[in-house]
Amino acid sequence: MRVIFILSIVCASFLMACQSNLRPETLPILGNKDVGPNGDTIYHTIPDFSFIDQDSQVVNNASFAGKAYVADFFFIACPTICPKTSKQMLRIHDHFKDNPNLLLLAHSVAPKYDTVAALNRYARNLGVESKKWHFVTGDQAKIYEIAGSYFSIAQEDPTAPGGFDHSGRLILVDKNRHVRSFCDGTDPEDVDRFMLDIQTLLNEK
Amino acid sequence: MRNKIIVLCFAIGVFCFSCETQTYEHGKLLYTNFCENCHMADGTGLKGLIPPLAGADFLKNSPEAVPCIIRAGYKGKMTVNGKEYDTEMAGIERLTEFEITNIINYIHTSWGNNLPIVQHPDVREQLKACEKNTKPF
Repeated sequence: MRVIFILSIVCASFLMACQSNLRPETLPILGNKDVGPNGDTIYHTIPDFSFIDQDSQVVNNASFAGKAYVADFFFIACPTICPKTSKQMLRIHDHFKDNPNLLLLAHSVAPKYDTVAALNRYARNLGVESKKWHFVTGDQAKIYEIAGSYFSIAQEDPTAPGGFDHSGRLILVDKNRHVRSFCDGTDPEDVDRFMLDIQTLLNEK
Repeated sequence: MRNKIIVLCFAIGVFCFSCETQTYEHGKLLYTNFCENCHMADGTGLKGLIPPLAGADFLKNSPEAVPCIIRAGYKGKMTVNGKEYDTEMAGIERLTEFEITNIINYIHTSWGNNLPIVQHPDVREQLKACEKNTKPF
């Protein structure tokens, strides 16, 4: 009798262990929540923006209508983490290249140096096109402000290597402008997990 | 007695083996700190922006230029494995001749690279004529 009891506990713990390894079918909506006038939940939302990409096109919220996208912050002359995060963004780009429901958006945190021409050259050397991956420049204050909405950091800092400070975070935004996942863009293993999250989001109806 | 000999042989074996695989640990550490952000942990670089070090013909064809590039940086076009690159590289002036030698030897023996080991006196000579931002070759 006792054996059966122990056996059932072992089985139960096994099942629980399995369950914790299962990936969730949906991703949470991240950020602060608020309660609206009708009592409904208001989720953190990426605000309106408008920047210019490597092909001189205006890129705004409408550019991502009905699509998910991965956002990050970088600059071309960055001597520290940017090449690593760009390499991981490139991995994501290559993996989801044929899925029209995912785009990429890289914001320059040094827009006064990263002109349209400079971004165009950078993108061309990476072998990517603006229809899949926008590299944007624009008003520096607006870019730094929107970094906060992506739970990222961007600031000009003469003491930082290259003169600009920013995080290497990659942020996943859904078609409703909600942040659904993020990762450390300098850590390939964290990006592996992030790519599974992207697939989970793309599988959502 | 016999047991002791066996243990001793085993210890020597392990010692030799570990020497062989860790010769350029110092170079590896310096590589991680100073080079890896751009050239990547696996030496593959970044597509058309940053040239690879793994399997790079430049290392084989122009070894005498490498110490100066590490110290003074590089500006202008460079062709590696038939592909043209044009991203400026910042030099790392604080590295000593010994440190540069160790980095090069780590690069020369990693990721399938099988290039000759460089010696400190040669690196010292090559650094003598080194000026900031080497002209294109």
